Amino acid sequence: MAFDLNRGWRLNPAVSLRPESFGALVYHFGNRRLSFLKSQQLVTVVRLLGHHDSAADALAAAGVPVEQRGRYAAALAALADSEVIDAR
Amino acid sequence: MHADQAGLPRRAASLTEQFKGGLAAPICLTWELTYACNLQCVHCLSASGRRDPRELSTAECMRVVDELERMQVFYANIGGGEPTLRPDFWDLLDYSVAHHVGIKFSTNGVRLDKRAAQRLARTDYVDVQISIDGATADVNDAVRGTGSFALARRAMDNLAAAGFGEFKISIVVTRHNVSQLAKFKEIADGYGARLRVTRLRPSGRAAGSWADLHPTAAQQRLLYDWLSARPDVLTGDSFFHLSALGAPLPGLNLCGAGRVVCLIDPVGDVYACPFVLHEEFLAGNVREPGGFTRLWRESELLLRLREPAAAGACASCGMFDACQGGCMAAKFFTGLPVDGPDPECVLGHGERELAKVCLPDRPQAGPGHSRRPAGRSAPVFVPVDLIAVRAAT
Repeated sequence: MAFDLNRGWRLNPAVSLRPESFGALVYHFGNRRLSFLKSQQLVTVVRLLGHHDSAADALAAAGVPVEQRGRYAAALAALADSEVIDAR
Repeated sequence: MHADQAGLPRRAASLTEQFKGGLAAPICLTWELTYACNLQCVHCLSASGRRDPRELSTAECMRVVDELERMQVFYANIGGGEPTLRPDFWDLLDYSVAHHVGIKFSTNGVRLDKRAAQRLARTDYVDVQISIDGATADVNDAVRGTGSFALARRAMDNLAAAGFGEFKISIVVTRHNVSQLAKFKEIADGYGARLRVTRLRPSGRAAGSWADLHPTAAQQRLLYDWLSARPDVLTGDSFFHLSALGAPLPGLNLCGAGRVVCLIDPVGDVYACPFVLHEEFLAGNVREPGGFTRLWRESELLLRLREPAAAGACASCGMFDACQGGCMAAKFFTGLPVDGPDPECVLGHGERELAKVCLPDRPQAGPGHSRRPAGRSAPVFVPVDLIAVRAAT
């Protein structure tokens, strides 16, 4: 599924992030799913989502190079699938 | 555990490698609230039965919950003994949920009457797991005691009637119930419940019954095939030793002891995993200064378990990457070196090693909190070690 970088996203309120050396552990208290964010930069992006009008803005604010945006969009799509983030 | 990995695998070291070095807090924390139990299962890994007078008080339990909240341990797997026998069980459950520590508890069903089931159905962030070890009363009760199957089924009926939703039915696979896997699945499906199937470890009272109960090599093969075809059946990631048979089963294929897993026992002792209640794997007690947090971060034992493990006798085996040498607890309590093959190694290396182990050299599990072996309703498999220990004392 294509991820819409142009719309606003946010961390689902039922989700907690726990910082870990590799990134973060993510737990969704609603669907009980555990996910792993495998880079610190991805953690930064996820935390910034709610503060920006679009996911693209959040990626830029986190300093993700343009050529890596595709990979980040794929990671965000996976997080949207497991309801870790949702569209605003 | 079923988990998603969002991210960037080309750069990061594999998650498994990361987990081996340990995490900021456990992913899977087991907390046994009491040694008291109405049953006396022959394979009980905590050798439960009698309450221990030193068990953590309500206030002490709440302080542990506070720590878990601060450490962001998202949920605790509550067990025992039979946790619902604690008079403060429901208060602790409410306290925990209010402090963002979800509760998944295991029970034999003894206290899950209609009212309790309705209460649970109204509570968020609580999962319930009911244990049976046979799909029929005869197979189940031989291990768990007379009447235990009916008790568990009544609790399942009550949860279903209360509209609890998807509870879990938890089975420890034995030589005697492995042929009932389809029947277990049928029972679970009938309730809209999730089946959870885990491995028998030779811990606690199972130190004495394991030899009679653990699945044969042929049964392990059947089990592997059955599980491989049913990814919706949960396994607690407990069968990673079977990964040497082919594609790995879903989940983390590694020993999580001290790395992502640990146990708090009813008196507050912290062990590396739920299957090693033995002083050799004791990290300390939550009553010590710094509590659980300090133990998780600084205990010498846990730090040692996070160092890269030597493959030992398994180093020359091409399957080591698949099975990781199997389960530390299974090796320890059967008297095998922890850096050697698992007693149920699918290539048969463990069996050969087991033949060389002298019975008196095996670590003594001790009587734990077992009640005295009793009369008519006593299960059929008498723990041999237990008798030896009692005769000596």
